[in-house]
Amino acid sequence: MSTAETLADSASETLPDALREEIRLLGQHEAHPRAACIEALQRVQREFRWVSDAHLREVAGLLGMSAADLDGVATYFNLIFRRPVGRRVLLLCDSVSCWLMGRERLEAHLSARLGIRPGQTTPDGDVTLLPTVCLGHCDHAPALMLGDALHGDVDTQKLDAILEAAG
Amino acid sequence: MARVTVDGIQVEVANGSSVLQACEAAGKEIPRFCYHERLSIAGNCRMCLVEVEKAPKPVASCGYPVMDGMVVKTDTAVVRKARRAVMEFLLINHPLDCPICDQGGECDLQDQAYSYGADHSRYAENKRAVKDKYLGPLVKTVMTRCIQCTRCVRFATEVAGVPELGATSRGENMEIGTYVEKALTSELSGNLIDICPVGALTSKPYAFMARPWELKRSDSIDVMDAVGTNISIHARGAEVLRILPRTNDEVNEEWMADKGRFSFDGFRRRRLDQPWVRAHGKLQPARWQDAFVAIAHGLQGVHGDRIGAIAGDLCDAESMVALRDLMVSLGSPNLDCRQDGARYDTTRREFYTFNTSIAGIEESDALLLVGCDPRHEAPVLNARIRKRYLAGRYPIGVIGHPTADLTYGAEIIGDRPAALTGLLEGGLAFAEVLKSAKRPMIVVGQAALARDDGAAVLAACWKLAESVGALADDWHGFNVLHHAASRVAALDIGFLPGRGGRSVAGMMSGGVDVLWLLGADEFHPARIGPDTFVIYQGHHGDAGASRADVILPGATYAEKPGTYVNTEGRVQRAFQAIMPPGEAKEDWRIIRAFSEVIGMTLPYDNLDAVRARLTEVNPVFGVQGLPRFGSGDRSGPAGDVAALGNAAFAPGIGDYYLTNAISRASPTMQECSRVYTQPVVQAAE
Ligand code: SF4
Ligand code: FES
Ligand code: FES
Repeated sequence: MSTAETLADSASETLPDALREEIRLLGQHEAHPRAACIEALQRVQREFRWVSDAHLREVAGLLGMSAADLDGVATYFNLIFRRPVGRRVLLLCDSVSCWLMGRERLEAHLSARLGIRPGQTTPDGDVTLLPTVCLGHCDHAPALMLGDALHGDVDTQKLDAILEAAG
Repeated sequence: MARVTVDGIQVEVANGSSVLQACEAAGKEIPRFCYHERLSIAGNCRMCLVEVEKAPKPVASCGYPVMDGMVVKTDTAVVRKARRAVMEFLLINHPLDCPICDQGGECDLQDQAYSYGADHSRYAENKRAVKDKYLGPLVKTVMTRCIQCTRCVRFATEVAGVPELGATSRGENMEIGTYVEKALTSELSGNLIDICPVGALTSKPYAFMARPWELKRSDSIDVMDAVGTNISIHARGAEVLRILPRTNDEVNEEWMADKGRFSFDGFRRRRLDQPWVRAHGKLQPARWQDAFVAIAHGLQGVHGDRIGAIAGDLCDAESMVALRDLMVSLGSPNLDCRQDGARYDTTRREFYTFNTSIAGIEESDALLLVGCDPRHEAPVLNARIRKRYLAGRYPIGVIGHPTADLTYGAEIIGDRPAALTGLLEGGLAFAEVLKSAKRPMIVVGQAALARDDGAAVLAACWKLAESVGALADDWHGFNVLHHAASRVAALDIGFLPGRGGRSVAGMMSGGVDVLWLLGADEFHPARIGPDTFVIYQGHHGDAGASRADVILPGATYAEKPGTYVNTEGRVQRAFQAIMPPGEAKEDWRIIRAFSEVIGMTLPYDNLDAVRARLTEVNPVFGVQGLPRFGSGDRSGPAGDVAALGNAAFAPGIGDYYLTNAISRASPTMQECSRVYTQPVVQAAE
């Protein structure tokens, strides 16, 4: 199986009924159901790790938006993934402080260790490496996020430790 | 009202107006890209910056509400500098490929770069490039030129009602596209070309054809439906290169439908450009004189009541009145314009016109559609309904089979006349909706009238209108929606069977011995009896011409001055844009010339005289504009409500793109028909 196949398996399934219901309720909470769209996309992503075309269309329908409109929202935010990602997403800051503090070295190290370039996923579907804008952790640059955990003052050694600890 | 001072000029504007509107009221031109009067405000291009006293920095005037006492400056050093900076940003990623861009010469970006652009660029880095998108056979895209104003997205979502366009990603990566790559499913898609301020969306058929200053513009009226859209025909020499809408708030605002905009390439195909006479079973080219003699011969010894005439859907009023006068002098009562067999009562004009008026739709507060599909029969009028729908609280009921999504929420009440009875008797819930409305509208379409119980349907709709209070002294909510451009004029002229005369059906199968078809192509010519002598006068070698014994080559609407009456009953004039090809002639002149050959000379020999004759036949032809009126006489049209049948209403017109001789001859319309009616092939592009 290619990376893409490992990742995309659940994408064309319809959303589970419970999740559909949850999204509908999210919408009902707002004066305009569409106001709930970001939260809804996040919910889908928590379940499926990314938002597929089919799911996007379903959510749009539930919130009374057009698919094109919702896709505009989804693609606006870089933490809503419109393409399959691995089990873990590693966001490596590429803004100025981290740049000054040597994030390039980290990127080279990651690429060597995982065999992927930014934007790619390891063939086993474990890690997706993505660049990100400033994580607001400049005082501990270079910084990265693995999943929901923020790490600062990262060097190659610490990076290995982080990957292994979470692995 | 708010008092605003703009560059020292005092103006008063309504509360809630934008600063931009106040500036316009003061006669100040504000540059803009994203703002468009008929769309929602986006405020994303920042070109419209002005200074407002006490505001710390320049404000985007299009989205900034006025306040009483506000002082606005549109021409200060700060404003000029701000606009220059915005322009520089816009041009950073713009390809500046004006020499190969079809928008050149009529491009907002180009024009405003003259006022606010720099003569050189400070940007040495790589420009971005964007992949072009497929939007169908009509709209060409060069997305690298896009400045992300989102006018197109707002037009598609708000006016056209097909929310298929969207903007994805953010900042420099933002792109416009359809969510899935497919042709935009709208009959109004051509308006995207007009609305895009740059050359990102242009016309596919017009690509690389001309620069705007080469074109001669003639005002005309679209005849592809009965809305009477005001258009401007742009021609170079003998060739029409494009057709654009003219603004008329009472009719089409500034929109037009795709069939009217793009079917003109049919003008040069399958044309009848010389007379033909059938000899020994075969049509042979002939001279005008021979053709006239052949007709005179065919008429010899034929009694008036064995002669008939049928007017088609694209005819101008002038030719119809001339043919009617000719038939009268020949003693024939057999005239008809209803190729579809629709039933009307023409004793009062309000029985066959759209009385609420198109602009009036915006004042109505409930709508019932009976046997019509406005999206395809009158796309621009449908946009008006959608506009009213978007304003909120507008219940819409439908009786019949609209072929597709109407672009607004509508409740299907039934598909046959029984639903009308239900509403009349109050058995259906929608009856209450209509009754409680202050200004309800009922629109009855041709599909409801072109059937055996058409007269009963018409009477029932009128009765319903009356019973729900749609007929009041200051409101007329009874409407007939036509889709044949010539129909209302024909009814006004009385192009209908006279006393004892035959209808279209009666003239078929040998019902008459001589039959004059004036551009009549919408029935199967095999229905005409084998022994009938057929004269076809018209512009295209379509259904009618194939059966003709004599063909008289006429002019399309672009090739003659003409009078058209739209579904509202609005009389409008079209000017001639180009010359008819070959030996083809203006239609009323052909009839006039023939009348001379048989010694029954019609008493007019110039356009003014024909038009005077029109006014004589029916004074409405002398009326300019459309006075709004309430309903005076409440008595309804002839027709027995008890005679309502039980058959379901037919689904309106068939293929939107191929409804008449011109559109059927148009390669662009054929391509649209292929793409839109056979969805499988879409992926091929
Ligand atoms: S394509 Fe044209 S109308 Fe649409 S966003 Fe770009 S510039 Fe504006
Ligand atoms: S620049 Fe990397 S965290 Fe701020
Ligand atoms: S016109 Fe005001 S921001 Fe675009």
